[in-house]
Amino acid sequence: MRKIFDFHGGIHPPENKQQSLRGAIRDAGIPPELVLPLSQHIGAPASPVVAVGDRVLAGQLIAEAPGFVSAPLHAPTSGTVTAIEERLIAHPSGLQAPCIVIATDGLDEWTAQRPVGDAYHNMQAGELLALIRNAGIAGMGGAGFPTAVKLATRPDSKVQTLIINGTECEPYITADDILMRERPGRIIEGVNILRHLLAPTETLIGVEDNKPEAIAALRAAAAGSAIEIVSFPTKYPSGGEKQLIEILTGKQVPSGGLPMDVGVICQNVGTVVAIQDAVLFGRPLVSRITTVTGEAVDKPGNYEVLLGTSMSYLLAQAGYRPQRGQRLVMGGPMMGFSVPDTNVPIVKTTNCLLAPGVDELPAPPPPQACIRCGMCAEVCPASLLPQQLFWFAQGKEFEKLEQHNLFDCIECGACSWVCPSNIPLVQYYRASKAEILQLRREHAKAEQSRLRFEARQERIAREEAAREARRAARKQAAEQRAQAAAAGGAGDEDPIQAAIDRAKAKKAAQQAGAGDAPGERDKLEKAVLTTRARLATATAKLQQARDEGSDLVDALQLGVDKTRAKLEAAERALQDLAGADSTSAAASSPADPAAAAIARALAARETDASLSPADKARSQLQGLEQRLEKTRNRLATCRANGDEEKIIEALESTVLRLEEKVNDAREQLTANGDA
Amino acid sequence: MFELIAQYPLLAALLALVGLGAIFGAVLGYAAVRFRTEGNPIVEQINELLPQTQCGQCGYPGCRPYAEAIANNGEAINKCPPGGEAGIQALAALLDVEAIPLDEEHGEEKVKAVAFIREDECIGCTKCIQACPVDAILGAAKQMHTVIASECTGCDLCLEPCPVDCIEMRPEPQSLQTWHWPLPDPASRKPQIIATDADQTQDRAA
Repeated sequence: MRKIFDFHGGIHPPENKQQSLRGAIRDAGIPPELVLPLSQHIGAPASPVVAVGDRVLAGQLIAEAPGFVSAPLHAPTSGTVTAIEERLIAHPSGLQAPCIVIATDGLDEWTAQRPVGDAYHNMQAGELLALIRNAGIAGMGGAGFPTAVKLATRPDSKVQTLIINGTECEPYITADDILMRERPGRIIEGVNILRHLLAPTETLIGVEDNKPEAIAALRAAAAGSAIEIVSFPTKYPSGGEKQLIEILTGKQVPSGGLPMDVGVICQNVGTVVAIQDAVLFGRPLVSRITTVTGEAVDKPGNYEVLLGTSMSYLLAQAGYRPQRGQRLVMGGPMMGFSVPDTNVPIVKTTNCLLAPGVDELPAPPPPQACIRCGMCAEVCPASLLPQQLFWFAQGKEFEKLEQHNLFDCIECGACSWVCPSNIPLVQYYRASKAEILQLRREHAKAEQSRLRFEARQERIAREEAAREARRAARKQAAEQRAQAAAAGGAGDEDPIQAAIDRAKAKKAAQQAGAGDAPGERDKLEKAVLTTRARLATATAKLQQARDEGSDLVDALQLGVDKTRAKLEAAERALQDLAGADSTSAAASSPADPAAAAIARALAARETDASLSPADKARSQLQGLEQRLEKTRNRLATCRANGDEEKIIEALESTVLRLEEKVNDAREQLTANGDA
Repeated sequence: MFELIAQYPLLAALLALVGLGAIFGAVLGYAAVRFRTEGNPIVEQINELLPQTQCGQCGYPGCRPYAEAIANNGEAINKCPPGGEAGIQALAALLDVEAIPLDEEHGEEKVKAVAFIREDECIGCTKCIQACPVDAILGAAKQMHTVIASECTGCDLCLEPCPVDCIEMRPEPQSLQTWHWPLPDPASRKPQIIATDADQTQDRAA
């Protein structure tokens, strides 16, 4: 006999399980519409891979997992996707979430399944994990953590104990109980797959002693294998993962740690059956067993339900009488929550629908002051101090809450259950946990904002410094130029004189180069030769085109003419060069452009100098008037064309400015004339 | 010398005390130089508590300058509207001063919001980009701009420079990720938990 350990605290609420255990598992059938929320698990919501109007078959992938901690989603039956939109889901907030809506066709046609069968014995752990992951399996005990992530152990860590959780300690819920009674063989098959995957030293199935039929069925199915079925005294919440591990192994999972830290992996029996379906038959997770119970239903029992089935459809099958009960609870009475509407879908984590009668689950009396009786601390399965946590939560002392290990609270509700003052303790812890997580998120965001702000300040400073440096460099260069000019003594250097000097220097350089006449001649001779060759090929081509009567004759003729002209020019240049060689003395040809420009500039200066101030002003005025006229014309055309306003505005302002200038010049001119 | 001390115990005690004082003084003096802290660590701690919206509603150009002003010039701690009451409480706890209500002069605590540019009205003037303290607006001259919502701190600084008033502040929508259970109201008489049949069993047991 195996030694059974005990955990701290715990309570014994009335079990109320017998109501839903009267019959076998019933098939809920195919509802006319399925609403599948994209987020039925912990982690990133799945992203749809089907479009509205697509026909889907049962088992077909309709949304894939975008990240590691996520799970894909499959069509539970064949039908047509009618919408991908926000729908009300089963969530305490009463908020909407993105869902895929399928109108079923009742045919239940399946996609091609690829069952692995017993061949899984030869599969690598990675392949098997991918298979489980692609089947969209998430923890079916109620938390919905992606199973493949939980099973992906590090290669260096050894799984000592594999625990299959068949405890189901919460009142009313019997989904796992009935599964163990009716399908023990499939559970054992699934456990064998997990044993192959994890290679644990020991494998235990933990079942509370209030389920003798389930224990007997499992023992019969597991006979002869290394799987041990362990039964232990009933106590709530022994089905909590950490509590179950302590009961079966005596080891405590460290605060903030994972079961793997003590070499244990824990899986729910429902999840194990889903794994077995996925591996042996290639069927993804598309349905689950849900308990429908409470005094407000006529036929309480367990139903095999397609995911996405509306709760109202399922309740109708169970004979729900809304007038008898005041609300509907998803999950059990301890940890469940009221659903805002009966028109929400069943998801992977819906283990129970509780429709209690008014007297069965009465509204709690109003809370009273804490009398410090300490009963909450006595029953807390996580050995926390609920009373202290309550004070800190009221005072919003988040630091103190964390110091008192608020995050080890499993929200089992045992403290609220025993509280003689009816204080909704768990509610305080839930709210405080969420508040702390929100503060952490905000702090992380503030930190990011700070970094971005500082990076921006730095960038602005850097740009400013660069601008300053450029300004300084320009200033220094200007100073140097001024100094150089002062040193040269030519304070009033004439730009025209400078240009003349530059032109002279250039010409001198050219003449020096011209002494290299043989090089020039070589070039020209080469040019004559290549042009001649080109002419020859062009003529040949032209001839050919003529013979063929091609359209290109004209173009080719033009090309031939051009090439011939070029050849002639080149030959003439060669001759000129030969002639120039003999008369190199007369190098300064009258056509020298530099000299001409110099002459023009000099002439302009002379006329400029010869003009009287009045003449100068007059010519200036003339120029201005011309410019004004031109601008006005442009403005008119722009207006006519309906150009951009900005351009017209700019032109208008230019006209105004020019008018002013013209007026100024006129005034000056008259003033000069008077003088 | 020893004889003298032995003769006058008072002198012995005096010498011992003076000696001890001198030794500890030397040690402390050395430590003050050796382990000197650069800068003012309290500024960092205050800056940690500020919301880093960089909105300037406090009258300082950013959160850090305000933190410096609080630490060095004794500036009031109630000038940060985005931090709100919670921020004031945290600052009061850190600085061990009385928490005072938010100074209305600097604005009031608002719902968290992010800027949103109505993109078909944007003319691409880049003025909001220059105003954004955390570079959360994307765009170029004569190109439509847009706000990177995840980086926006909701500081409102981009609203004022926009010449066509195409920026608005939109409150963050409630989503499943941001929703959380509210704290129960002790004064409320409405049922707040999933009731258990605790009373019944207790009655039965009794």
